[in-house]
Amino acid sequence: MEGTLFNIFAGLAVLSALLVVANPFNRNPVTSALFLVTTMISISGLFVLLGAYFLAAVQILVYAGAVMVLFLFVIMLLDLREGARRKLNLVSLAMGLMAVGALFLVYKSSIDQTYGSEAPSHEAVADAGQAEAKPVKAVGSTRALGQALFSPDNGFILPFEIVSVLLLVAMVGVILLSRKEPR
Amino acid sequence: MEPTLGQYLMVSGALFAIGLLGVIVRRNLLIIYMSLELMLNAANVALVAMSRFNGNLDGQVMVFFIITVAAAEVAVGLALIVALYRKRQTAEVADLATMKL
Repeated sequence: MEGTLFNIFAGLAVLSALLVVANPFNRNPVTSALFLVTTMISISGLFVLLGAYFLAAVQILVYAGAVMVLFLFVIMLLDLREGARRKLNLVSLAMGLMAVGALFLVYKSSIDQTYGSEAPSHEAVADAGQAEAKPVKAVGSTRALGQALFSPDNGFILPFEIVSVLLLVAMVGVILLSRKEPR
Repeated sequence: MEPTLGQYLMVSGALFAIGLLGVIVRRNLLIIYMSLELMLNAANVALVAMSRFNGNLDGQVMVFFIITVAAAEVAVGLALIVALYRKRQTAEVADLATMKL
């Protein structure tokens, strides 16, 4: 059951991510944005499978909700239809595919060696914190995450406050940037 | 059958590679920006998977902060794109070559 769900969500996430970047049928940015929404929702499904329920909800609210609405708003504000007519540069496409493919292969082989089926020995992996050896699995319910975030002795209260200041700075900066030219 | 940590990391790597490909290949500022979001999300998947399989919530707290910072970053970035569009009437990186020697 869990494996099937994982396959569905992972496949959907990767497929729609590909359609965000290189959609062969449609070069409109709005299409890319909508496929990005699909990717975000699939990723939040993966979060549910991983027991991170709070983060799954936040992922949908913040990404699929706020961020993508912002993206669509800007796309429609700028009215970028002529971008759809431009052709991709074939040389840059080939070079990009080569570079990214090589990077992905390096990553894949290192994952296979560390966590894959041909991983060294079960005991050695268990020391590194592998799944089957550890019966205790972290479940990120809202309560657990809140306690991890705000516990007085080893919590993240100062980073939390700094992030709130960062949001304020971003808000003021955006207002300053998007103002018309000062008279 | 339950998926392993390696499978989750593989999905994360694939998403990151696709996002990087978008940043390299595409020429539209907004799509480059969406690809950046994709890469951030790939990192989030890896962090949550590691947190789950290590029995420790710190990874999820990290993802919480990453999502917050990403939201702030998107707001500032899109404001920059809009300001740029107002000045230059374009959102294609190929047209923004004033600083080229």
